[in-house]
Amino acid sequence: MHIHKYEKIWLGFGIFSLVLFLSIIGVTAFAFNHHPAGGMETIDPEKLEQTAPFDHPGVHQIDEDTYEVVIVAKTFGYDPPEIKVPAGKKIIFKVASADVSHSFSIVNTNVNMMVIPGQINTKEYTFDKPGQYLVICNEYCGTGHHFMKTSIEVIE
Amino acid sequence: MKQISIGDRKLALTNIVFAYIAFLIGTFCGLLQVFIRNDALTLPSWLDYYQVLTAHGVLLALIFTTYFIFGFLISGMSHSLGAFGPKVRLFSWIGFIITTAGTLLAIVEILAGRASVLYTFYAPLQASGWYYVGLALFVVGTWIYSFALIGHYVKWKKQHKKQLSPLFAFMTISTLILWLIACLGVVATVLFQFIPWAFGWVDTINVELSRSLFWYFGHPLVYFWLLPAYMAWYVIVPKIIGGRVFSDSLARLSFVLFILFSIPVGFHHQLTEPGISSFWKFLQTVLTFMVIIPSLMTAFSMFGTFEKTGRQKGATGLFGWFFKLPWKDVRFTSLFIAMFFFIPGGAGGIINASFQLNEVIHNTLWVVGHFHITVGTPVAMTFMGLTFWLIPYLTGRRLTKSIQKLAFIQVISWSTGMLLMSTSQHILGLLGAPRRTSYAGYMKDPTALEWFNGILSNHVTMAIGGTILFLSAMLLIYIVFNTLFFAPKATTEKEQVEFPMAESDLEQTPKYLENWWIWICIAFALIAFAYTIPLSEMIHHAPPGSSGYKTW
Ligand code: HEM
Ligand SMILES: [Cu+2]
Ligand SMILES: [Cu+2]
Repeated sequence: MHIHKYEKIWLGFGIFSLVLFLSIIGVTAFAFNHHPAGGMETIDPEKLEQTAPFDHPGVHQIDEDTYEVVIVAKTFGYDPPEIKVPAGKKIIFKVASADVSHSFSIVNTNVNMMVIPGQINTKEYTFDKPGQYLVICNEYCGTGHHFMKTSIEVIE
Repeated sequence: MKQISIGDRKLALTNIVFAYIAFLIGTFCGLLQVFIRNDALTLPSWLDYYQVLTAHGVLLALIFTTYFIFGFLISGMSHSLGAFGPKVRLFSWIGFIITTAGTLLAIVEILAGRASVLYTFYAPLQASGWYYVGLALFVVGTWIYSFALIGHYVKWKKQHKKQLSPLFAFMTISTLILWLIACLGVVATVLFQFIPWAFGWVDTINVELSRSLFWYFGHPLVYFWLLPAYMAWYVIVPKIIGGRVFSDSLARLSFVLFILFSIPVGFHHQLTEPGISSFWKFLQTVLTFMVIIPSLMTAFSMFGTFEKTGRQKGATGLFGWFFKLPWKDVRFTSLFIAMFFFIPGGAGGIINASFQLNEVIHNTLWVVGHFHITVGTPVAMTFMGLTFWLIPYLTGRRLTKSIQKLAFIQVISWSTGMLLMSTSQHILGLLGAPRRTSYAGYMKDPTALEWFNGILSNHVTMAIGGTILFLSAMLLIYIVFNTLFFAPKATTEKEQVEFPMAESDLEQTPKYLENWWIWICIAFALIAFAYTIPLSEMIHHAPPGSSGYKTW
């Protein structure tokens, strides 16, 4: 196929940007472990109350530096209603839905998790600054979608 | 002056008229939305924000685009390959009737409040079974249209053995192949998952599988909107500015690459959800990024044509060509502005698809800003720019001076409105404001209230933008109406509006580019590579399914 000289230069530039972008993403993902929220565990959405750990939603300390926060999302709110965690410690969020799809998204952080019925979503995060963080549902879930929120108190 | 046959004109015009009816109602819903969101308007109790939003998404993103695209493709295919035979015409009408039946059924269900599930209809929100039947009919109808057009092309190929088809026809067939392959996903989930579940034949649905099948379709859907706009940029623009297609083979290659790299990438809409392992999400991110190549090729072609044509007209220097462009011709200016919006639009798309960056903007108003400057402007405004001459061409009426003036006002107001509305949406999204919400203050939460304190990110900017947009839409409806029924008939050759289709040189185009079987096989191989393992995991390690919920 005939390709004009300028076309070749431009295609080269295109392929170069492609490789550059993908390398940046790949290195941050696999060398620095920056993966978006996810997880492969499944659960019966209609039996959350009987299934660990969702039978006891809340904040659980795992060791000195790690906390697990177990959350149930349902129309139109979150269980537990109050979450209090320390700053500077590793927090593992685990969420599941009791009905339709929701999200658990902490404003001003990059915790943005989809909550799909039947699946458990997991994300690790460390809060640097103490304060009150707003959590919202950003996946349409019904008439009360725009009221679905909670907050996280991050203490020293 | 060549004008297409009366039967084909009727077919094309009917499609375009339907597109603009959807556009009229859809943009009115958009106007309501911007005012409901800032509490300036309260809907009557029988109408709900999410019902309006469902109508907006369905009417504009699915119905307006699809009808307009078929109207445009039908006119162009008849213009470039000759009048349709009776069979092609019959099947196109059958396609139209089935698509329209599906559309009306879906709209009735939305109006009746039985389908406020938005145009993405995520399970386990459960609309009435008839809503899904409507969607299925809509898609099946478009398949019949597609096969009618493909039939017309096959007949041409038989009569012109060993010849490459005209560029417009080649691009039409690429677009239809992409559409047919993409729809397999949505048809599979609607027929085998949603309909049996919504009518109560089965109790539960596999939610993650339905989402993945939806996005297998949902992403190439945006290329189904975009490729006809690209056709206008590749084939119509060079003619209007008085040039030729920059390179026929480059244009064809880029369309082939769009078929290959727009389908196996749906997971980039699901990056923040569980049930798909990080590896497969990453793999589809890589495939998503491949689209950079044909996109940059298209940009190159455009600017290449501008410069080459400008130089032929005597332009000098690096940017001299810019002043040789026919800025006073609304057929050109509208398309140029449309292309211009695609630069930030495309850059935003790269951000959205970037594996981890997606967490920052996923499901925020940023996304809404993003598609209003990709679909809502580059695509929709290209369609507007085509409308200005396509309707007069099809009705045999004149494109009068006063209509051209109005067209300029329309295009400029649409760009201004979009700029205001989408900038504000982008900023609000970066601050964390979610999409798809009615009132967004979260009961006066201080963090939420802060979002709206910016110079551009306040409650007023979006509403002003939305209002300008709506007025612009009304102006367009007037132009459509006028050129359909009232503009004076063209009597002389000179007054007749042409279908501006540029010449392209076929000598150096390799024959294999038009060997569709190669590309279809590669496309399916890529799809199998990207989807087989994750989808089979979703089926084999499925959680207990979900029963249906009606939460609106
Ligand atoms: C008068 C012009 C328009 C206005 C005022 C407008 C306004 C809006 C607003 C405010 C939203 C966000 C709603 C939310 O997230 O809560 C929205 C969503 C949307 N708009 Fe528009 N829009 C207009 C034109 C268009 C056009 C021309 C298209 C496409 C061809 C389009 C496609 C969409 C889509 C697909 C959504 C998302 C629906 C969903 O999330 O389900 N809009 N529009
Ligand atoms: Cu929710
Ligand atoms: Cu929600």
